[in-house]
Amino acid sequence: MSSASPRKRAVPPVYDSALQRPRWIEEAANLWKYRGLVHELVIRDIKVRYKRSVLGILWTMLAPLLNMIALTLVFSVLFKQAIQNYPVYFMAGSILWNFFSQTTSTAAQQTLASNEMAKRMFVPRSAFIASAVGGGLVNLALSLVPLLVIVVATGFPIHATWAFLPVSVLIIALFTAGMSFILFTVASRFADIKEMYLVIVQTWFFLTPVVYHPSIVPPKYRFALWANPMYYFVQTFRAPIYDGVIPSAGLVLGSLALGIAVLVTGWVFFCHRRDDMAYWS
Amino acid sequence: MPAVIRLENVTMRYRVPRERIRSLKEYAIRRVKRQVVYDDFEALHAISLSVEAGERVGVIGRNGAGKSTLFRVISRVLPPGEGRVYVAGRIAPILELGLGFHGELTGRENVMLQGALLGFSRAETRRRLDRIVEWAELQEFIDAPIRTFSTGMSARLAFAVATDVDPDILLVDEALSVGDEKFQRKCHDRMDGLRARGKTFMLVSHSLSQIRDNCDRAIWLHHGRVVGDGRVDEVADAYHQWSLGETDAV
Repeated sequence: MSSASPRKRAVPPVYDSALQRPRWIEEAANLWKYRGLVHELVIRDIKVRYKRSVLGILWTMLAPLLNMIALTLVFSVLFKQAIQNYPVYFMAGSILWNFFSQTTSTAAQQTLASNEMAKRMFVPRSAFIASAVGGGLVNLALSLVPLLVIVVATGFPIHATWAFLPVSVLIIALFTAGMSFILFTVASRFADIKEMYLVIVQTWFFLTPVVYHPSIVPPKYRFALWANPMYYFVQTFRAPIYDGVIPSAGLVLGSLALGIAVLVTGWVFFCHRRDDMAYWS
Repeated sequence: MPAVIRLENVTMRYRVPRERIRSLKEYAIRRVKRQVVYDDFEALHAISLSVEAGERVGVIGRNGAGKSTLFRVISRVLPPGEGRVYVAGRIAPILELGLGFHGELTGRENVMLQGALLGFSRAETRRRLDRIVEWAELQEFIDAPIRTFSTGMSARLAFAVATDVDPDILLVDEALSVGDEKFQRKCHDRMDGLRARGKTFMLVSHSLSQIRDNCDRAIWLHHGRVVGDGRVDEVADAYHQWSLGETDAV
């Protein structure tokens, strides 16, 4: 009797450890089932962040503005960089950079809380990572407001190519999600990854042309740009805003392929290690 | 009655490093020096058991006997290392009441979050919100942040969310001792009601009297093996006798 495969009743869910699909499919199915949780977690993080602050959600928009003013002073006044309308140039790049760095850092930072939760009740860990990406996207959308303010205030044209931005965002989101899955997995195993990553991200920022123009990089160091995936993602996002052009098909398809490759790698790696995480923490 | 929980030869073996290595730096150094030593630890050894719908089962045993691991295997938190786990029905885990609550969020917001953690859609939770709040008797406080709630109040809310939709199986991990007497009675009433409707109930507790009061059957775990399984009074008596001997021996 015990080996007979159980008949599935229509109403109650049945869990049979012997009938589990491959982990990477199983996890995807569970993530879809728990999409409501991803939604709730995104809301929770936004609410919690602003609950006790006077400025509330305004802060999300104010912070990049202040940041921009400071950097504009440093780079266009002190360094006399020849970038036309530096505020727009910088903000377009930094919005994208912040999305990447905040999302991946959040994914790494929340390993402890997420694993604690997932050790006690059944909940797909991928939901926590997906919520980091979701929260990052909300912030990205919000920070377009101060960008628009600056564009209008400085008399910069709003190009029709802005319509291409959803594609640029999709591409960087794939890459960011993949990196978040990798980081979450590694940070679950080793507690010092979080701090190490903060240092890496800081260095990576300066290797990416966000505050400066790629043309100031001497030719013999150009390889550092070409080897840097963030260079391409920043380009696909900034070109429609700042240059008013749709990025070339080669750039778009190349960065799309890169984004997909990193996401697939991250997902498979994460799923492969998923069942070990309960023992790590 | 059909089995709603069935474990066949479930073994859980952990590979634990002899010293806990939490940082990459330390791991790399030890790896180079070949100092990463693991011990195999069997939390569960070839466990086979079956629980039928409507049973009230208590799990007893010393610390480290494998009670929590057993619950984690049943609730899908840990996949079985070896063997097979079969569970039919929706589980309501009542492990640590209030796990996942966020102090800064209001009671209402926390109910939404808790519902999502239990796998319900937002629409479902929203539909049931009023009933949950009413059962927990927290109507006046529900829009205040949870950090202003007393322990009893959060426990009430958590229990209400977990048991509001008919779960088929209740897994309770010593959580029932929170709250005042009235709340405890209310919890028991609700669980009796669930049992009357053929729901299954499993309880882990160190308190033998709690097990005797709430269960008909008891399973005694020792070093990851089932050493007793039967009517609650018989198993509880045997366990009690044994633990007296243990204490004397020490």
